[in-house]
Amino acid sequence: MNHAEVRRAETRNPEVAQRVTDEYRWGFVTDIEQETVPKGLNEDVIRLISAKKNEPEFMLEWRLTAYRHWLTLREPAWSTVHHPPIDYQAIHYYAAPKTRTQPKNLSEVDPELLRTYEKLGIPLQEREALAGVAVDAVFDSVSVATTFKDKLESLGIIFCPFSEAVQKHSGLVREYLGSVVPYTDNYFATLNSAVFTDGSFVYVPKGVRCPMELSTYFRINAKNSGQFERTLIIADEGASVSYLEGCTAPMRDENQLHAAVVELVALKDARIKYSTVQNWYPGDREGRGGIYNFVTKRGDCRGDRAHISWTQVETGSAITWKYPSCILRGDDSVGEFYSVALTNHRQQADTGTKMIHIGKNSRSTIVSKGISAGFGSNAYRGLVKVLPGAANARNHTQCDSLLMSDHCAAHTFPYIEVKNPTATVEHEATTSKIGDDQLFYLRSRGLSEEDAVNLIVNGFCKEVFKELPMEFAVEAQKLLAVSLEGAIG
Amino acid sequence: MLHIENLHVSIGDKPILAGIDLDVKAGEVHAIMGPNGSGKSTLAQVLAGREGYVVTAGCVRYLDRDLLALAPEERARAGVFLAFQYPLEIPGVANVQLLRTALNSVRRSRNETELDAMDFLDTVKGKLELLGMDDSFLYRAVNEGFSGGEKKRNEILQMAVLEPRLAILDETDSGLDIDALKTVAHGVNALKHPGRAVILVTHYQRLLNYIVPDRVHVLAGGRIVRSGDASLALELEERGYGWLMPESSPQTEARP
Ligand SMILES: Nc1ncnc2c1ncn2[C@@H]1O[C@H](COP(=O)(O)OP(=O)(O)OP(=O)(O)O)[C@@H](O)[C@H]1O
Ligand SMILES: [Mg+2]
Repeated sequence: MNHAEVRRAETRNPEVAQRVTDEYRWGFVTDIEQETVPKGLNEDVIRLISAKKNEPEFMLEWRLTAYRHWLTLREPAWSTVHHPPIDYQAIHYYAAPKTRTQPKNLSEVDPELLRTYEKLGIPLQEREALAGVAVDAVFDSVSVATTFKDKLESLGIIFCPFSEAVQKHSGLVREYLGSVVPYTDNYFATLNSAVFTDGSFVYVPKGVRCPMELSTYFRINAKNSGQFERTLIIADEGASVSYLEGCTAPMRDENQLHAAVVELVALKDARIKYSTVQNWYPGDREGRGGIYNFVTKRGDCRGDRAHISWTQVETGSAITWKYPSCILRGDDSVGEFYSVALTNHRQQADTGTKMIHIGKNSRSTIVSKGISAGFGSNAYRGLVKVLPGAANARNHTQCDSLLMSDHCAAHTFPYIEVKNPTATVEHEATTSKIGDDQLFYLRSRGLSEEDAVNLIVNGFCKEVFKELPMEFAVEAQKLLAVSLEGAIG
Repeated sequence: MLHIENLHVSIGDKPILAGIDLDVKAGEVHAIMGPNGSGKSTLAQVLAGREGYVVTAGCVRYLDRDLLALAPEERARAGVFLAFQYPLEIPGVANVQLLRTALNSVRRSRNETELDAMDFLDTVKGKLELLGMDDSFLYRAVNEGFSGGEKKRNEILQMAVLEPRLAILDETDSGLDIDALKTVAHGVNALKHPGRAVILVTHYQRLLNYIVPDRVHVLAGGRIVRSGDASLALELEERGYGWLMPESSPQTEARP
């Protein structure tokens, strides 16, 4: 596999979002010597991955148990997405830049890798990085650099590659790994549990507010590889943290599989804000190539008044299949899901959330904005479940679809299960087509057609963008503009 | 400034305008009146570049350019402004954002520097004051949840910010209370300038009490059936349109 992940804390370079003409500008390949394990999946491959990472016995056992369980499962077929069968034996499950001997600092990182991140607009040199964002860079299967580590450590915050956490903080890993997304959870999460290679690990101790954004930048580079990263974020009682992930991949004609798992644990009075700007290679106009993005993300509000907020801007990938969810276990806990999903050309997205209300007075908010252009297909799928004990639980769901062409599709699948009569669950949905009259109105004010489309789309997404950290909101807007180029007319 | 000759326009297969001739010189105010459905808005929209309105004959020159060859945004940048009879809502987009994007698009096309947020705010606040409008207008989404009258006033604010050379107001006075009517009139009068022209599409004489037109035209059945000075509007107020109606509308005429 091939993934580049940069964990970083704060701002990204606006260059990432620079406009190009209908081109995926992150599509370059880094020419670097790779170390890969042979294609295919079996217990030996898993042992090899575990050995390469010098893992403790419990990790290997966990992987093997997951693998054996995976063999009994079938790929899910309930979503709206369609793709040719995936040959799981044709994938490399591990790829890493060869020079790697776990660099101690940036001067030991291969300059070719540093250049890659610079090109992506993510300077790993701390003096160049903007204050306030620590970054972890994951390249194919391994983390290549983490910035601002010292500063974070002085507050007791752990922000490091997952593989490092397994070594240095195995107690925490053992306690929390799989506690939100068990290895039995679903086909792709189970596969991930068996073969995950790296990812980010965050622990924020009791009462600490993390002073900077933490960010991981995932990069897939190697060919015929999958990326299976795993992220675990724990906010201890009263702690708070805001985390952002970004991702890109080279343009390749074949599809590549990305099956990640993210687990969030918020203890009593803790707050986690998790933002994603997903820009994996979407494939070309005809639907050749692109990333299959099958991701399991879930947060557990494990204590009273815990708060977990997911914000996602999904513009990339040939297929997106993800449902960042919240288990609202604590009383008065809060779950939020804000999503913009854009599908252009032949992209497909089936995305949404699950809000599971267990605690009393638990509240959840869902705002989903789907934009379909070209021949894109976009489905919102959401479950709001109120268990018998969740007295006075409240949910509000707003689910809007914007159609940009005559060939695209939008679907909405809301599932509501309420077992407590005091609960309030509201669902609103709208579908609109971008109007010629609106476009004409704006153009008659001097705006180009492109600017007019962008203005309308940004207005449509506003409720979601305002949840993103400022810098990223600007980037997300630009990304949307690039993704929509040529969508009209 | 604007020269329309023998303009024929169809929507789909349906002929709507059947040979419009109109000359508007810089510095003039023209009023266009006429019964419902006679083609006034069609004319206004065609001048602004609305797609789907097919010009089947005739031509339009604007400042010595072929207006019909320009895209809507090019017309706007060349100084044409249409205040819509039914302004559109753009949810989630703040008024101030549209105004600034619009003004900067126009400025860019003229190789003028774009205004940053602060300079722009100064400019726009001046306009708000001129029109006696509240700042809160700026931060509401474009026309979303606006009352009918607020939408019309918002059109005038856009006009004031863009300072067009040819302003076409399509029934901007309809649905306004007395104060708002004065605001609109004030906005138009403030724009008056020897280098600019205004076309007012209206049903009512009362607007023309505040903005005295140089010429008044009656559009009926897709043609201008009568032109005169400001007194024509007063006469129409008294007599209605019946005495001016053509014997057949273009819809019932055999098509060539
Ligand atoms: N999109 C359309 N499709 C078909 N017919 C149309 C369309 N738009 C306008 N028309 C017709 O064209 C004719 C002229 O309409 P227009 O809106 O220009 O009238 P108007 O003079 O502005 O009327 P009013 O005073 O009511 O605003 C009407 O018969 C109308 O029904
Ligand atoms: Mg009209």
